[in-house]
Amino acid sequence: MTQRVEIVKRIMDSNDRLAQNNRSVLDQHQVFGINIMASPGAGKTSVILETIKRLPAEIKLGVIEGDTAPVTIDADKIVAAGMPAVQINTGGDCHLDANMIEMALAELPLDQLDLVIVENVGNLICPAAFQLGTHANVLIASVPEGDDKPYKYPNIYRGLDVLIINKIDLTPYLDFRMDYFQQGVEMLNPGLKTFALSAKTGEGFDAWIEWLTQKVNAK
Amino acid sequence: MHELAVTENILSIANQAAEENHATKVTDIYLVIGQFSSIVDDSVQFFWDCISQGTLSEGATLHFERRPAVLRCRSCGEEYQLGEYLQPCPKCRSVDVFIDGGEELLVQHIDILKEEP
Repeated sequence: MTQRVEIVKRIMDSNDRLAQNNRSVLDQHQVFGINIMASPGAGKTSVILETIKRLPAEIKLGVIEGDTAPVTIDADKIVAAGMPAVQINTGGDCHLDANMIEMALAELPLDQLDLVIVENVGNLICPAAFQLGTHANVLIASVPEGDDKPYKYPNIYRGLDVLIINKIDLTPYLDFRMDYFQQGVEMLNPGLKTFALSAKTGEGFDAWIEWLTQKVNAK
Repeated sequence: MHELAVTENILSIANQAAEENHATKVTDIYLVIGQFSSIVDDSVQFFWDCISQGTLSEGATLHFERRPAVLRCRSCGEEYQLGEYLQPCPKCRSVDVFIDGGEELLVQHIDILKEEP
């Protein structure tokens, strides 16, 4: 006998439920969490290091570093900057998921922290499918990647809370049309909070730091 | 390439529903995959053949229903589908568009075999 069973269940449901738990853990500790996504080389680690340098000293933060291989280059840089870092080696996986974040959060001294920054694996496709439970999804786009990225990778732009456009100091040397880039972003995510900056020169950082500080203090 | 995680979730949802309904076998699984979800059917099928072995869902046929992302122009009302590349309204070139659908990633229903009572 054949029978049809109605299910209508979201395939990512199990991940999303774990993400909800992570959100609760962060909330219980009054910690603001951000998930930083980008393609490889967009400047995730540089932006994080510059952010650590510029945040008010009273804000204590921890970093969760996602990498596909057991290299601790990024985590070492964070620790050298005086902040606790947890390295997640995804074993070749191209994204972080809520389960990995749950384990990493358990290793951080959340009672002593105000902010957790998750550095996702460099990839514009897979991380977009996995909610982590952080309070804000942040994408770092960089000017050398080209102005067509929102048009080619629409999905990641759809789920963002904040967009950082990095390496704006290179704009004079490239054919990056900021208006064309931002038009694509506006189609996908109208009114998206956007900060154009350079981790190299520090230009544009003040507005980003002000936004982040406000969010952390509101927790 | 996040299809392995997606496929594992499909398997776990199907097997759980099969057990709850006292199935002896799952024959068909109907999936709804929105255009934004960047899932490659062949890749899901490949992982499926590997990981469904020895479970109630072994050998079940996966049916992929693709749901497009529809863009509605707020200026002229034109409706068009998202192509390979995000485009402004093809009729009036406006970029003031509303995006409807395309985010789906669902197990819709499954067909199971049961022992005659």
